[in-house]
Amino acid sequence: MDTYVWPQESLARVPYWVYQDPQNYARELERLFGGDTWNFVCLEADIPNKGDYRTNVVGAMPVIVVRDADGSINCFENRCAHRGALIAFDDSGNVQNQFKCIYHAWSYDLKGNLRGIAFERGINGVGGMPQGFKRENFGPRKLRTTTLCGLVFVTLSDRTPPIEDFIGEEILGRIRRVLNRPIKVMGRFVQALPNNWKLYVENVKDTYHASLLHLFFGTFRITRLTQGGGVLVSPDGGHHASYTIDKSEDRQTTAYRDQGIRTEADYKLADPSLLDTVKEFGDDIQLQILSVFPGFILQQIHNCLAVRQVVPRGTGEMELRWTYFGFEDDTPEMTRRRLKQQNLVGPAGFVSMEDGCVGGFVQRGIAAAGDQVSVVEMGGDGAESQATRATEASVRGFWKAYRHHMGY
Amino acid sequence: MDVSRLVELNAAYARAIDNEKYEEWPEFFLDPCLYKVTTAENVAQGLEAGVIYADSRGMLRDRISALRQANIYERQRYRHIVGLPVVLDEKDGTAETETPFLIVRIMRDGRMEVFATGCYRDKVRMDVANTPRFAERLVICDGARFDTLVAIPF
Repeated sequence: MDTYVWPQESLARVPYWVYQDPQNYARELERLFGGDTWNFVCLEADIPNKGDYRTNVVGAMPVIVVRDADGSINCFENRCAHRGALIAFDDSGNVQNQFKCIYHAWSYDLKGNLRGIAFERGINGVGGMPQGFKRENFGPRKLRTTTLCGLVFVTLSDRTPPIEDFIGEEILGRIRRVLNRPIKVMGRFVQALPNNWKLYVENVKDTYHASLLHLFFGTFRITRLTQGGGVLVSPDGGHHASYTIDKSEDRQTTAYRDQGIRTEADYKLADPSLLDTVKEFGDDIQLQILSVFPGFILQQIHNCLAVRQVVPRGTGEMELRWTYFGFEDDTPEMTRRRLKQQNLVGPAGFVSMEDGCVGGFVQRGIAAAGDQVSVVEMGGDGAESQATRATEASVRGFWKAYRHHMGY
Repeated sequence: MDVSRLVELNAAYARAIDNEKYEEWPEFFLDPCLYKVTTAENVAQGLEAGVIYADSRGMLRDRISALRQANIYERQRYRHIVGLPVVLDEKDGTAETETPFLIVRIMRDGRMEVFATGCYRDKVRMDVANTPRFAERLVICDGARFDTLVAIPF
C-alpha cells in the first residue's frame, strides 16, 4: 500500500486493508502502542512487594514492570544493554535488588539502570571494558509509569497526558465505580485469537452485536438492546463504557421476535445459581464493559470482574490476556459466586465464546477485500455518547482516535 | 480402589466426549460435584478461577445445552489420549487420582492439532449402584494458552 488514504471522510466506513497490511501494522506498533497512549501492563495486586515483577509487552516491545523499594512501580524494556537478550524471561517473580541477564551476567537495579558488568576490569588486568565506557549511557529504555485504581499503565512517549486527562472524567468515573477497593487476583488465562487485534477491540465496543450474537445474554436478560442502558464515548473517541441497567423490563416486549432474531429461543438453565447476582456497586448497573485506547478492557458482568489486555501478534493474530479478579474483602459466598459467573466469560464463556471466533470469521471473510470497506453506520456517523446500544457510536469512536494517532 | 475401575471410567469418559455424546458427560459425575478447567500456573499460584467451573450436575448439563442450543462455533470434535491413573491417596471410599491426558482437536475443515495437554486430578467414589463417579475432576492444563475458544469440555 503506497499511501494510506481513508476511502471517505466518514467514520462510518473502514477500509479492510487496515486489518491486513504489514506496513500499516508496523505503523500501529510505533504510533499507537509506542505513541501518545497509556498501555495496561499489570495490576498493582500482581506485584505487591518490593522486587515483585511481571513481564509483558507494549506493542512489540517486551517490558519488565517491577515494584521498587519505596513502593513505586518502574517499567523498562526487557532487553539487555549488552547484546539485547531478555533480562527476565519468566512471566513473574521476585528479585531482591537487581535483575541479572543470564547471558553475560550484566545486572540492573529496580529502575532499569545498568549497575554491574561481569569482569568489567578484565582478569588480572587483561581484557574487560575500556576505561572510558560509561555504564550510565547504556541501559534498556525506560517507560513512564502511572497507576489508576490499582491498574498499572505505561507509555513510551513524553507527550502522553496524565492518565486522568487521557481517559477523561466521564469514563474515569466508570473505572472508579468498579475498582473502588483493594482487589484480589483470582486467575489468569491467555486466549489466542486468529484475527487482527482491532477486530477484537471493535467487538468489545460494539454494543449492537451483544444480544444478537450471544444467545445466552438475550434469553437470560443479562443484556438486551430493549433493556435500559447506553454507551459513553470519550471526547477523543478512544475510550468507552457501555452499560445495561437492571430495571423491570416489559416482559411482553416482542421487539426481538418481530425481527425474527435468533436470540428469542426458549432456553432454560438446569442450575440457575450461575446467575445469582448481588448488587455490589451501589447502583442498578448489571453490566458494564469499558475500554481504554488502544487495548485495555475492564469488564463487570454481574459479579464477574476481569481485565483484558489486547496484545497484537502480527496482522492476523492476537492474544487476549485475561485476569479475573474479586476484592480482598470478598466473603467465601462471594468468591463462589464469582467462580460460577466466570463461566460467562473467557475462552469457554457462555456469553463470550463467540467473540473468540467472530474476529476470525471477519479476517477470513475479507481475505480478498483489501480495497473494500465495512459499514459502521448504526446510529448515524457520529461518535458521541448515546442513550441506546443499538448504535455503533463507540466503534466509530475507536476509528476517530485511531485515525488521529495514525495520521490518517 | 481397583485401578482397572479407574481405567474403565476414564476410557468411558473420553469415549463419550470423542464420540460427541455430550449428554452422557454429566452422568460421569456425582451430584454435587466439582468440575474445573484451569492451568498448572493458576494451581501453582493458588488461584481458584477456571475457564469452566461447575459444582453441580445441573451446571454440567447447562454446559451441554448451551453447546447444543446457544453457543456458536465452528464444528469441531476432540480425540482424547488418556494415560494411566495413579492413585495418590485413598480414604473413606474416595480415591484421589491423577491421570495425564492429551487432546487433539479436529476442525470442520480436517485440521488436527494438539489442543491441550495436562492432567486430571480427580476424587472418585462409588455411587449407590457401585459405579465409580467423579466427586471432583480438576482439569489442569499444562499451558496457559487456549486457542480461539473452548466449546467442548475436556
